[in-house]
Amino acid sequence: MSQPILECRNLKKYFDTPRGKLHAVDDVSFSIGAGKTLGIVGESGCGKSTLGRTILRLLPATSGEVLFRGKNILGCGKKESMELRRNMQIVFQDPYASLDPRRTVFQTISEPLRFHKLYATPQEIEARTYELMKTVGLSERYATMYPHEMDGGRRQRIGIARALSLNPSFVVCDEPVSALDVSIQAQVLNLLMDLQEQMGLTYLFITHNLSVVKHISDEIGVMYLGQMIERAPSAELFAHPAHPYTKALLSAIPAPVLGQQGLENEALSGELTSPVEPKPGCRFAPRCPYAGEQCAGQDCQLKEIAPGHYCACPMAGKL
Amino acid sequence: MANERELLEIRNLTIQYVTEGEVVHAVNDVSLTIPKGKTLGIVGETGAGKTTTALSILQLLPKYTAKIPAGEIFFHGEDLLKKSEAQMRSIRGGKISMIFQDPMTSLNPVLTVRDQIAEVIRLHRPDLKGGDLDGEIGRLLEMVGIPAFRMSDYPHQFSGGMKQRVVIAIAIACSPELLIADEPTTALDVTIQAQVLNMMRRLRRELGSSMLLITHDLGVVANICDYVAIMYAGEIVEYGTVEDLFDPARKHHPYTEGLFRSIPNIHVDSRRLQPIDGLMPEPTDLPQGCKFHPRCPRCAPQCTVPYPVETTGPDGEEQVTQVSAPLWAQGSHQIKCHLFAEEGEGT
Repeated sequence: MSQPILECRNLKKYFDTPRGKLHAVDDVSFSIGAGKTLGIVGESGCGKSTLGRTILRLLPATSGEVLFRGKNILGCGKKESMELRRNMQIVFQDPYASLDPRRTVFQTISEPLRFHKLYATPQEIEARTYELMKTVGLSERYATMYPHEMDGGRRQRIGIARALSLNPSFVVCDEPVSALDVSIQAQVLNLLMDLQEQMGLTYLFITHNLSVVKHISDEIGVMYLGQMIERAPSAELFAHPAHPYTKALLSAIPAPVLGQQGLENEALSGELTSPVEPKPGCRFAPRCPYAGEQCAGQDCQLKEIAPGHYCACPMAGKL
Repeated sequence: MANERELLEIRNLTIQYVTEGEVVHAVNDVSLTIPKGKTLGIVGETGAGKTTTALSILQLLPKYTAKIPAGEIFFHGEDLLKKSEAQMRSIRGGKISMIFQDPMTSLNPVLTVRDQIAEVIRLHRPDLKGGDLDGEIGRLLEMVGIPAFRMSDYPHQFSGGMKQRVVIAIAIACSPELLIADEPTTALDVTIQAQVLNMMRRLRRELGSSMLLITHDLGVVANICDYVAIMYAGEIVEYGTVEDLFDPARKHHPYTEGLFRSIPNIHVDSRRLQPIDGLMPEPTDLPQGCKFHPRCPRCAPQCTVPYPVETTGPDGEEQVTQVSAPLWAQGSHQIKCHLFAEEGEGT
């Protein structure tokens, strides 16, 4: 295992609502090795985007630690923050909403370069911007275009170029392909993998699409209502899912193969329960077909059930 | 004449959006049939013309920009395109109904769910009144898995999956013969999608309706459809039964092959995806000949020019019309591509 570049310890993010505290991220711990990809999967509302944003300090954490190269970054000052921003970047979900409609492609990509004053002359900034555009597969003729003139795939490339402009070592990809069509989605996923190989990037890859996460991740964490309920190397998770929720998630995906017409999926009943002031105990229990007495009362902790495979279910391995 | 066995038959449908100085060729010469009680899936990427085709069946296209220069849509042997607005109104929601893509925006936020379901029943089944009407609304809600006592709730009190089920309850309120579902599960999470798909399958069995399912998810198609049409740049490039399309050993259009290779599949281990190079052509400026040829790995010179076919006109005269590529057909399986037509099989 390579040296962890990023480590989260008991990270919590609660939001205040009129009905009480909303536990968006509740006691999440993990680490990512340099040059690796950790995929975070879960349904909408499970706190995966909040987790990504809290790690980057785009949202203030309620408690816990985020260690970047061994140093807690949650309490650091303005000057250190500037330094951190150069190392930690984000690619946003919606390539339609995350670009300034009144700026050209060139202005958008070169802004971080100007802001961080990394280059002395405009010529250097220009050269670096064109280099970045080339890296993400945008030809120079797009430099003077505005986002509305471009399609989703190219816009997402702009977002990626902007995130890479400061040579970060860690990038949070928050659903970078979910707004794109399948043929374009594959192009962008391949680009992200190429860039990782060339630049040694580390990704935290947030998505609701299990097929996508299998492709890109070394390790996968499954989240449910703010908690990480299972974490395992990618191949292990798909071969031996241990948590009942992970199993249900995997079987819910319709596969593009023959022989399934008329077959009823083993669908979960019910929907996500409220993350506001949840009771102690397994949060998945109300929907879980195997729930019993041991699931209520106290929170389930992640336990190692196989090398590198952690699962927060008292029944793990017995099902 | 339309075949008795077919519930809906679309023939040579062409739809354009005409705006200032631009003509968007949204649907080009599309022919489709949906047999009674069967489900047809239309698969394609954004801008392929799937939704435009579906909206044209119900005449819901924007009035001033959309033009239909050619084509017929037969429903029970009658051309829907020749119907008046009043006639269409009696068909919409009654014999043909539609489930829209986004459950968050297709319900009226200031009306209760009861009122929204009652609206369609009042129009098409005016004999149901008072207690019977409420009983029927309760029955419909129970059918889609929502407790009847929630009928006096407003849409914002339901979750996304439940809202989509309310939309489905409205669509099936009059037991339509044809149900058009435009990306019914795209906005939903996978576990909720599985619930909704199971429910649609059950409803189809109970009501015996035909269904037109529009989607870009090949997994959903394999799960629920009998027939599949693959659309690209306003044309159907491949059509057949699910077995025809999903059996890798059979012949396929190069676009279909590309589409299958570019989806990440959790059942196959491969590190790299093989995307289709390039982008969809602009619908205002479609390429000559086969619309897919600029991106096609097996493009040949004849693909870049239109293909002439001899047809018999309405008055019995021989005509030569230009199409994008020759059609290969074997049984129910049709592919619009030069690759196979030259092998001499089919027509």
